[in-house]
Amino acid sequence: MPKRTDLKKIMIIGSGPIIIGQAAEFDFSGSQACRSLKEEGYSVVLANSNPATIQTDLEIADRTYIEPLTVEIVEKIIAAERPQGILSGMGGQTALNLCSELAEKGILEKYGVELLGTPVQAIADSEDRDLFRETMLSINEPIPKSFACNSLAEVKAAVTKIGGLPVIIRPAYTFGGSGSGIAHNNEELLEIVERGLLYSRIKQVLVEECVSGWMEFEYEVMRDKNNNCIIICNMENLDPMGIHTGESIVIAPAQTLSDRDHQLLRNASLKIIRALNIQGGCNVQFAVNPATGPSDSESKLSSGRTCDYRVIEVNPRVSRSSALASKATGYPIARVAAKIAVGMTLDEIPNSITGKTYASFEPALDYVVLKIPRWPFDKFRTVDKRIGTQMKSTGEVMAIGRTVEEALFKAIRSLETDRIAFELTPGSLKALVSELVEPTDNRLYAIAEALRQGYNITTICDLTKWTKFFIDKIWNIIQSEKVIQSARKEDEAKTIAALDRETLNAAKRLGFSDEYIAYLLGIDNELPVRARRKEFGILPDYKMVDTCAAEFDAATPYFYSTYENDIAKYEMRNANLSGANSPIRNPQSAMSKVLVLGSGPIRIGQGIEFDYCSVHAVMAAREQGLEAIIINNNPETVSTDYDISDRLYFEPLAFEDVVNIIDHERPDGVILQFGGQTSVNLAIPLQAELDRRPDLPTKILGTQAKQIDIAENREKFEELLNRLNIYRPPAGTGYSFEQVREIASGIGYPVLVRPSYVLGGRGMEIVHNEKELEFYMTGAVKASKQHPVLVDKYLTNAIEIDVDAVCDGTDVFIGGIMEHIEEAGVHSGDAICVLPPQTLPERIIKQIREITRELALNLKVVGLTNIQFAIKDDTVYILEANPRASRTVPYVSKAINIPLAKLATRVMITPLLPPDKQFSLKELLTLINQGIRSGGTKIFMENGCYGINIKHTAIKAPVFPFQKLPGVDYILGPEMKSTGEVMGIDKTFDDAYYKSFLAAGNSLPMTGSVYITVRDGDKDKIIPIARKLKQIGLDIMATAGTAQFLKNYHIDVETIWRISERKTPNALSLMREGKVKLIINTPTEGSGPQRDGYRMRRLAVEMGIPFITNIAAARAAVNAIQTMSGQNKALAVKAMQDYF
Amino acid sequence: MKALIVLEDGSVLHGKGFGAADKSAFGEFVFNTGMTGYQEALTDPSYNGQILMMTYPLIGNYGCTMPENGHLPLEWQSNKIQAEGFVVREYCPLPAHRLATKTIDGFLKEQDIPGISEIDTRALTIKTRQYGTLKSIIATYTGSAPDTKKLLETVRQTPSPDTTNLVGEVSTPALVNEKTEERKNGKTAVSPALMREKIMVVIDCGVKNNIIRELVTRGCSVVRAPYNISAAEIDKIKPDGILVSNGPGDPAHPEIIATTVKTIKALAGKYPMFGICLGQQILVLAFGGKTYKLKFGHRGANQPVKNLQDGKVYITSQNHGFAVDPKSCPKELEITGINVNDGTVEAMRHKDLPIFSVQYHPEASPGPWDSKYLFDNFIELCLNEPTSKR
Repeated sequence: MPKRTDLKKIMIIGSGPIIIGQAAEFDFSGSQACRSLKEEGYSVVLANSNPATIQTDLEIADRTYIEPLTVEIVEKIIAAERPQGILSGMGGQTALNLCSELAEKGILEKYGVELLGTPVQAIADSEDRDLFRETMLSINEPIPKSFACNSLAEVKAAVTKIGGLPVIIRPAYTFGGSGSGIAHNNEELLEIVERGLLYSRIKQVLVEECVSGWMEFEYEVMRDKNNNCIIICNMENLDPMGIHTGESIVIAPAQTLSDRDHQLLRNASLKIIRALNIQGGCNVQFAVNPATGPSDSESKLSSGRTCDYRVIEVNPRVSRSSALASKATGYPIARVAAKIAVGMTLDEIPNSITGKTYASFEPALDYVVLKIPRWPFDKFRTVDKRIGTQMKSTGEVMAIGRTVEEALFKAIRSLETDRIAFELTPGSLKALVSELVEPTDNRLYAIAEALRQGYNITTICDLTKWTKFFIDKIWNIIQSEKVIQSARKEDEAKTIAALDRETLNAAKRLGFSDEYIAYLLGIDNELPVRARRKEFGILPDYKMVDTCAAEFDAATPYFYSTYENDIAKYEMRNANLSGANSPIRNPQSAMSKVLVLGSGPIRIGQGIEFDYCSVHAVMAAREQGLEAIIINNNPETVSTDYDISDRLYFEPLAFEDVVNIIDHERPDGVILQFGGQTSVNLAIPLQAELDRRPDLPTKILGTQAKQIDIAENREKFEELLNRLNIYRPPAGTGYSFEQVREIASGIGYPVLVRPSYVLGGRGMEIVHNEKELEFYMTGAVKASKQHPVLVDKYLTNAIEIDVDAVCDGTDVFIGGIMEHIEEAGVHSGDAICVLPPQTLPERIIKQIREITRELALNLKVVGLTNIQFAIKDDTVYILEANPRASRTVPYVSKAINIPLAKLATRVMITPLLPPDKQFSLKELLTLINQGIRSGGTKIFMENGCYGINIKHTAIKAPVFPFQKLPGVDYILGPEMKSTGEVMGIDKTFDDAYYKSFLAAGNSLPMTGSVYITVRDGDKDKIIPIARKLKQIGLDIMATAGTAQFLKNYHIDVETIWRISERKTPNALSLMREGKVKLIINTPTEGSGPQRDGYRMRRLAVEMGIPFITNIAAARAAVNAIQTMSGQNKALAVKAMQDYF
Repeated sequence: MKALIVLEDGSVLHGKGFGAADKSAFGEFVFNTGMTGYQEALTDPSYNGQILMMTYPLIGNYGCTMPENGHLPLEWQSNKIQAEGFVVREYCPLPAHRLATKTIDGFLKEQDIPGISEIDTRALTIKTRQYGTLKSIIATYTGSAPDTKKLLETVRQTPSPDTTNLVGEVSTPALVNEKTEERKNGKTAVSPALMREKIMVVIDCGVKNNIIRELVTRGCSVVRAPYNISAAEIDKIKPDGILVSNGPGDPAHPEIIATTVKTIKALAGKYPMFGICLGQQILVLAFGGKTYKLKFGHRGANQPVKNLQDGKVYITSQNHGFAVDPKSCPKELEITGINVNDGTVEAMRHKDLPIFSVQYHPEASPGPWDSKYLFDNFIELCLNEPTSKR
């Protein structure tokens, strides 16, 4: 059926900020959908609050709204744009819920907007537990016994009907498994049900038969309006039922289903998608009883067994699993789903991977794909690390291999934790067993360790409920470790000599990295192993992901490495067997090649922002006619979409894998600036390898490794600052507790302390006195000769500034000077930032500009740099300089409408361009200026730097994962805790600030009560804030101390009990009653256990009460409330295209 | 155990042997892209004369099922392995499946079929895709390696398996009444739609067991007939319909033209007919059409077929190296289905007579079950056909 011609303009809703359970996959699907619809000639309107997305780039949609994703705001966008259709399935649960609400409230009808793709009824039939159950029963598909309940009493009755505990509680209409859990006893039941009723948008929980321990399978299904259905991919979870699929290690395709098993589940999936009337993609999850399998009636009769599988859930939209399925198979699910939504059918949508076939087929894989989640436990040391029905991971990696073992090794390497593979895990036997039974992020390694310690495989299967097949694969690895270790001799040279070809070849084929082989052999460097391997000619072969197992000649530029038996050994006729499949440069092409290193899995501190930058780098290189190649392993992202780069390598970002690709591709340049710390860490080893390899044409583009080292190395950096006369807070390095204490007292408390050997702000703390220092030094960190502790003076009450700038070695362009709302000390990733700066005098701005210029030129920055400043008592201090893209690059780029990452790439690739395209930064900026419409603000030159002013205000606000991480306190500090960000953009600061809060999920109240509890040092500062709140008409509640203090200043306050006084009303009871609409709480200094404060903060997080922990942020919030409560004041929406 | 494979173009690949030891086998080298269903494929008589390679790299993960009390498990499409040899990237020595009683290695050993693993199967797929199907020899050895030059000479000198009557090797030698056996198994569920039992003759050109099962579970009484049965012999059975089965090799082989094609020609219009795979090609030949050999065939479980009558797309299981030449399509026949990927003929029907056929495998095993409805259609066709014609 051809596409619909009655539709002209279609709206797509994005998923908002990155949170646990909703990550970059929806930027990937949303931008794919935008492109897919534009390709068909539709005009596309996009709404998303997350500036760090490719889909919010101005050229992706026709009209782009970076606005809060609330019903009210989206209605305004609809009223302004009047689209004829809206796509609900591309923005995760956020968009699906929004669209359901827009439909329920009659807004879609009012504006004549049609919900495209999956209809509202189908959404309800999949999402509403009762309706879903009814539908499944009507088509005879088995589901766990379950009851939808709206109260605790109903829950108890349901438990009786199921046959007692344990049961699973799932709230209806949430994403990422929020609030769900298994209740083994009445106490747990009470807790989980209460929480679940709260989280559910319709205040409903499902009480369900517990099939924990069963095998879990997923099917990705696609259907068009002609009722054509296909399966894109099936997946098997290594972790059994009871562990959220987002938390599970997942393999595709399913490994342990026979053809009959598979066809039975496939058939069930098709039946289900048809019964639900889904048009587009959906995901069906099954639990299968391992004892019986999913036997159908026929084999039931012959084997006498019962039919034992359950349909667990259906996601009637593009999901994280479908992003994985998309990347695993090469099938562009979102692209096809978007076309189905406008009436096209599968057989008329071309398969853009093969270019020859159509979307109506089922991908055939000739490799295995493995996904491992990335958990943020390295950032939250107090969190409950057990994994279960609630999602805690922030991201995931995907690895492709020809064997399960190879994929496992690659995936572990891609995770970029402290591990390289299955190295020994210290810990007691008891800890090992408990890890097997009650898993944390470490279970995979615990299984390996248990095997190493001689645990019986069957026992491990029983404890973990893993299928034996997968334990056998790890056993295989452990066995091979022993073979490798047998080559170990008394010294390195003899060891390497003892490493024979057969052993090495077998190890590589099984996926062992050079580094791990070196580790097993007791060699502390992978290079000798690498050299030995190359001596034997054991080199990786790069194979293509083509959706069809090589049946058709595909045009896809999408590769993974594997080790086949040495191809040269085959007496192959008509040779070039792998060559036919290999990305060897077209000899006619004179194009230079650029390799961009991606940023790996999404984790706290290295989020989607870096993927955004990598994508821009690739785009910029391709725009200039270069071949752009990318390496990444994150299946959620746009950078791993099949048509972004000329070639994509789905590989770990470890030294070995990167150098192998450089060997294979021989690129002219490598770009390291956009991959976050991942690729920056590779700069020095990579440069060393390139120095050893004059045979390679490859150069590191942009800022050189040596210069990066100066910025990263404290001593060298300090030397530079001294030379340039730039201030930095006093600092020192201590190699023992005594030394650290001495330095701290020398520079004066409070000080910022951190261990030198961890990166990214881990283990960083502000300590206020010697006692706290002692606590820190004995608890969190041990100082030693190898691992000194770094001590910096912590500047109190200072203003923090972030600067993103581009430099070409001659000129500097400052993209933005961002002022933090919070005082210095909150990690810049967690701070609320505003563009342009609000409180800085011209004199300070001038200084910042001058220092930026000095530093950029002296660090010989070519490309991007991010510099952090603190302003105290009119003095500008520098905190750090990072010669790479920062996480604020997308935000600044959106705010000023100049793509900084592209500009930086353009500067970096200049040496590879023909002379007529070799522009200096100055010339490039002139070109940009020419493109700015008249009346728009132009790039100017002042204080030796280029810059640009904006007439609007853009505010970046962080989004935190506290709700998903029980046991974590809501206190901001020098360690980053946020998972994502939103942008509020408007004419004035107050409007933008209000929007940023709204977009981050915190609606600032106009009426009701504000609970204030601040530390003594902040009491004076709270007076004007409290006064203003009263003026606006909000009530104030406080405990005795603060209340009395405010009363002394004639501010009317309701006094409530402290929580520890155990009397009502206290903060907790008032919060539960819904009376508290906003909390201003500045936590007491020091990090001792603050029971009262902690309980209040946790409850606020769980109930979604807006929470401000900082006076400066409170001040800004109250101002915003005041402005917004003004007469005739309402938030306005404006397309990004209209700002510039 | 080591193994090697020699292709007619001179390629020699070395790998690890499994299955039958010190054994070599000759056949046409073909690949199958299905990710499951290796046991069904191995026992499919259509693979007679061929060396089968799976493109999915991990084979044997869920093991193999073995006959119990003389009854063949559902996976078995005939009573033995029909492929001449088996090629995989990796075979699984430790399968994990509730029904598995043997490893793939054990199954091949028991059936005396050589296997080779640790082979770059993707490279061979690309080769086959580029150069077409090749003749090959696979050899396992425990001692010294066989002389590859000699093997290559043998490969080159041995005529293509298509030149022999492969159907004759796999067809039943005599009439077999399939109904009773299946009933003993307790697998029959008579469709209430059937007023009386229907008798179906399945002309066995190498029929897959599941074709018979699909008919039997629909309440039919099935007579499995040799491929060279005469029209008169079929008349004696007085069937309600005739199913011409799948099978190996060239449908235009003189032996087939002289037997099956001739019988069908004689009976066309007398009985409702349903052709599957080779069966479709035989029907076309019977009506004067032509068939031709595809470059490397369709073998897998993901082939999209567009039904030209309702516009829908079906994902089908396929295993064929020959196809119907659409240009030769006799005027009484109509093409009702085409392959979405390459436009080849997938389904046909007679414009006037109750005769239809498909190039794919509605009985699945392995592969998707989407087209099982065709057996219902066939039975319905038989029900609607007035018996007075006969």
